[in-house]
Amino acid sequence: MRWLLLLLALALPLRAEEIVSGVSTSDVSIDTSFNGTAILIYGAAMREAPPPDWPLLQVIVTVEGPATPLVIRKKERVAGIWLNRGAVQIASAPSFYAVATTGELGDILSPKEDAKHHVSIPSTIEAIAGAEDEEAYVQALQRIREGTGQYRLAQNAVLLLRQSLFRTDITLPANLIEGDYRVRIFLTRGGEVVDMQENVIDVRKAGIERWLYNLAMEQPLAYGLLSLIMAMVAGWGASELFRRFRW
Amino acid sequence: MQLYLPIAEVSVNAFVLLGLGGLVGFLSGLFGVGGGFLITPLLMLIGVPSGVAVATGANQVVASSISGVLAQFKRRAVDMKMGTVLTIGGLVGSTVGGYVFDLMGKLGQTDLFVQLSYVLFLGLVGGMMLTESIRSLRRVGAPKVRRGTVHAIVHELPFKVKFRASGLYISIIPPLVAGFFVGFLSAIMGVGGGFIMVPLMIYILGMPTKVVVGTSLFQITFVTAYTTLVHAVTHHTVDMMLALLLILGGVIGAQIGTKVGIRLKAEQLRILLSLLVLAVAVKIGFDLVLTPSELYSVTTLGVGR
Repeated sequence: MRWLLLLLALALPLRAEEIVSGVSTSDVSIDTSFNGTAILIYGAAMREAPPPDWPLLQVIVTVEGPATPLVIRKKERVAGIWLNRGAVQIASAPSFYAVATTGELGDILSPKEDAKHHVSIPSTIEAIAGAEDEEAYVQALQRIREGTGQYRLAQNAVLLLRQSLFRTDITLPANLIEGDYRVRIFLTRGGEVVDMQENVIDVRKAGIERWLYNLAMEQPLAYGLLSLIMAMVAGWGASELFRRFRW
Repeated sequence: MQLYLPIAEVSVNAFVLLGLGGLVGFLSGLFGVGGGFLITPLLMLIGVPSGVAVATGANQVVASSISGVLAQFKRRAVDMKMGTVLTIGGLVGSTVGGYVFDLMGKLGQTDLFVQLSYVLFLGLVGGMMLTESIRSLRRVGAPKVRRGTVHAIVHELPFKVKFRASGLYISIIPPLVAGFFVGFLSAIMGVGGGFIMVPLMIYILGMPTKVVVGTSLFQITFVTAYTTLVHAVTHHTVDMMLALLLILGGVIGAQIGTKVGIRLKAEQLRILLSLLVLAVAVKIGFDLVLTPSELYSVTTLGVGR
């Protein structure tokens, strides 16, 4: 199927160097047994004329989850106790962000292009200016989220064949937030972006997860009452059951 | 078996949750406490966001206390009138507690506030229980309940009311204040507050021991039900899937705990419980004092959190 798409794309008229790509899935449903999923991103660089010999073609793939505002706090010791003192507001940071490349990100993407396209992990984090050691806070956010697998930089994880065909696997973790996940593919030469393409993966809760979540958000009172009834029935029912069996 | 929790938005092992519920249920059956003071910190430990842990902990306490209060009703060991007065105080206390909790969140001091409350109250109650039970173990014969001098002051206050089941004729103010205080703690610590309520009833209100457990369970059921509703409506942080697994594990654990508890002496149980309470207080106390491995923390300001 995907090769068919590629062939179709081959037949179309193209620009100097253009991406033709596909994502193995366009929908991810989070059901009760959801434990993360791997997505395959593949494609090819299409060209009319033979490619230049140098600089070599490089590929960068990013997957980005819904962004939220957040606060980063720093603990300091006050009278022997560690408590939050400093704080930096972040206007927007992705809840999930994975970058896969064919080489060292710093070598294949110039700082100017990074600032323009927000590709590297720090460039996706948008701080509200003001704090003095803001950079340390942003680094801490990156460190913490790399630790939990929410942020990932996988250099050399994109396989590039004959300077044209490419593919990479990106694993979405189990603790996924629902929303639109943006997939971007960049072709670069000598640090400059040659072409860029965007796809969207729709991550949604499904089944009972969907139902409970919607109820909790849209009918919170009914949801709260249902939780109480569930607790009462389970608590009373179980003790009654045990009593009957004279355990 | 991994399970994705719809509200907490994390994937956890279902057997870990059942085991956690079972362990806490076992301890609560053994000692006759709700176990909220254990479940909330343990949930945070396995990666459940603190807001969800507090709210779902309250929901779990509803389940464990409802079966207890029904059993106490059958034994006529519930002072309904006293329970109602304590509940009214508790509902106000829980509302104020929730407000203070939000305020602390805005200042970024939620964790500190919760941790300090745990260290202070668990340390205080654990220490008092330990010294009390060691003293009563040394004493020959049945331990007598001491009624403090505070009890005398309780008799001086106005608005006296008769509490027939407790055999008391006291002012309505001390039970209201006691209920308020416990409701307040329930909202900020995600606990039922039985460990504070029981000593208050015995030593301050001077209630007879036979109605203390039933009446405190009565109050806890209503206050934690209210706390659950408040969290569900204002913060959307009650995770029903999580609560269901904790409750299932909990009821089974509680039955086993009760059986084991019958075989142990009351004094031994109280020493064990006080050691457990002190252990939790010391652990949280150490966390406050020891240099943390990560100085920074992230709070998402997204929807529903």
